[in-house]
Amino acid sequence: MARKISMKQAINEALDLEMRRDPTVIVMGEDIVGGAGSPGEEDAWGGVLGVTKGLHAKYPGRLLDTPLSESAYIGAAIGAAACGMRPVAELMFLDFMGVCFDQILNQAAKFKYMFGGKARTPVVIRAMVGAGFRAAAQHSQMLTPVFTHVPGLKVICPSNAYDAKGLLIQAIRDDDPVIFCEHKNLYGLETDVPAEAYAIPFGEANVVREGKDVTIVSYGLTVHRAFEAAEKLARDRIEAEIVDLRTLSPIDWDTVIESVENTGRLVVVDEANPRCSIASDVAAYVAEHAFGALKAAPQMVTAPHTPVPFTPVLEDLYVPTADAIAAAVSRIAPRAMAA
Amino acid sequence: MMTDQRIKPVVMPKWGLSMAEGRITGWLKQPGDRIAVGDEIVEVETDKFAGVVEAGDAGILRRVVGEKDAIYPVKALLGVIADPEVPETDVEAYVAGYVTPAADDDDDEVAGPAYEFLDTAAGRLRYARRGEGGEAVVLVHGFGGDLDNWLFNIDALAAKASVYALDLPGHGQSTKTMPAGGVAALAGTVIAFMDALCIGPAHLVGHSLGGAIAMQVAIEAPGRVKSLTLIGSAGLGTEINAGYLAGFVAAASRRDLKPVVEQLFADPKLVTRQLLEDVLRYKRLDGVEDALRSLSSQFLDDGRQGGVLAPRLEGVEAPVLVVWGEEDRIIPAAHATALDGRARAEVIPGAGHMVQMEKASRVNELILGHIGG
Repeated sequence: MARKISMKQAINEALDLEMRRDPTVIVMGEDIVGGAGSPGEEDAWGGVLGVTKGLHAKYPGRLLDTPLSESAYIGAAIGAAACGMRPVAELMFLDFMGVCFDQILNQAAKFKYMFGGKARTPVVIRAMVGAGFRAAAQHSQMLTPVFTHVPGLKVICPSNAYDAKGLLIQAIRDDDPVIFCEHKNLYGLETDVPAEAYAIPFGEANVVREGKDVTIVSYGLTVHRAFEAAEKLARDRIEAEIVDLRTLSPIDWDTVIESVENTGRLVVVDEANPRCSIASDVAAYVAEHAFGALKAAPQMVTAPHTPVPFTPVLEDLYVPTADAIAAAVSRIAPRAMAA
Repeated sequence: MMTDQRIKPVVMPKWGLSMAEGRITGWLKQPGDRIAVGDEIVEVETDKFAGVVEAGDAGILRRVVGEKDAIYPVKALLGVIADPEVPETDVEAYVAGYVTPAADDDDDEVAGPAYEFLDTAAGRLRYARRGEGGEAVVLVHGFGGDLDNWLFNIDALAAKASVYALDLPGHGQSTKTMPAGGVAALAGTVIAFMDALCIGPAHLVGHSLGGAIAMQVAIEAPGRVKSLTLIGSAGLGTEINAGYLAGFVAAASRRDLKPVVEQLFADPKLVTRQLLEDVLRYKRLDGVEDALRSLSSQFLDDGRQGGVLAPRLEGVEAPVLVVWGEEDRIIPAAHATALDGRARAEVIPGAGHMVQMEKASRVNELILGHIGG
């Protein structure tokens, strides 16, 4: 039965349903319960923004508050996965990956390959990404391209509550390590979500708007900015098609190429920094594989190549805006063309 | 608002339970054209479906008010039909004075919630109930469908009858546990549904697999069935597009699903992005794939329909209406003659398997005529 719930609730519900279904699913992280061991303080936090609140009471002993040591508990989660558990480790902010990157890059991502396909590592690392939360340069980055660069990792970044629930359930059921990126500024956004469990397969982009004039490819928060831009452009009779990638590794090239073949124009919107980003990856792939379909040069709309500023005025300019996306479209799909 | 009986508005329709607005995608008639009742006038698209507004009145299309590509709320004025002798100034005054009635807030309160749930021995069933009094009508959807397949029918039928539409087990938002025993078991579910809601003898309307289920109900419990309407129905012959069933069950992506779902319609343009998304959202639910695989394996026998029910209808006295879309690519329209001499058959041109959606007014008219509404 569908009802509107927030992305934060949807993630909680996905964890709840999978913990109920599969006793090997455990959750680890800093303050994901909070107050454990202190009388009257059970489940005081539910994680830094309350995503796991309430699960401790339902599944006592299966949510593990860890020491403030990412290298220890991310390593422990990967080890537990290699030994048959299905751990979901919360890295809080993806920015913190630096101290546990060996465990992710050299261990989890390599086990299957180095043990001749015999090892499975069904671990999910959940973490918040993205700017706009007034959390400064070390808690606001969109580091998705760092992970898509590494073979052996699956990288997911949902744009809404429905996708977040279905993709997280798929991530937990998946036998490979999954980096699950949650945009903190989407946590409050409500969409229709069925109460039942459902899994969205990886590698399936979602065409969230159809249009014939230009393809806008994006993921996460900027999908909504692209949608705003498309509504503005429609008033100028330019119809934009929006492809929400949803999963960045694997990535759904077929849907991207098919859309560009229909529209002839590509704008890629990425909140990550521009160099070696999802934007540059998509632009390069399309240029290589669908060059003949392109009527104009692919455009990239990204964050600038700077750290995320703490000043609110500058931070608001940092994430690609609807106006910037509309301007990029206008550069390659002028109004006269649409007549 | 002044009512001028000589002037008839063409308004934005309300298709189904959730429609609030629609977008005009094209006019099929121009100002000055002569309009007969049932003529297709203007194409409208909602977030769920693309369809055509048919004329409810005859006359000349005197005004086109709704602009192409613009979005209008339900009941907004899109055009005006009047006889030639009605003066231009009166038409002008009608258009100027037209006030779009407020959204159906009052109606919704009277009609109750759009969807309800019922716990039965077979599990939880979702259903919709529209209309009060008159005859009872039970709508049974087909394989992979749900009660929203009756989007364009339920309100039209509810004007003259108490209409119930349910999601079968394994479908829509009902339990995803499929009872063992195929069509016969699902007929049992329909009977249990009618028992639980104290629905007396009813007119059963079944589409596709739902037609076979309706027939099975009539065979098992003839006293419960006042009439049968079988639309693009299973159970009337052995041929079926087994590739469609397999493709529907297997498709996990929009790209795989689109060509499969397009086979349901004579006009594939009716398959919107949202329609595909709704089907995918249903298919992703835990248990659905197993339920559909189990149902299709019980229903099919080596690529053909396993059970032909037509001969077993002989002992059933209820009148039978058979309706088919001429361009049905799932179950051939030739099956419409399977009950010759026993049933009235109507084959509707320009429609595919989802004839109740593609030619809704004609199908509604046939059903209402058949049940004596």
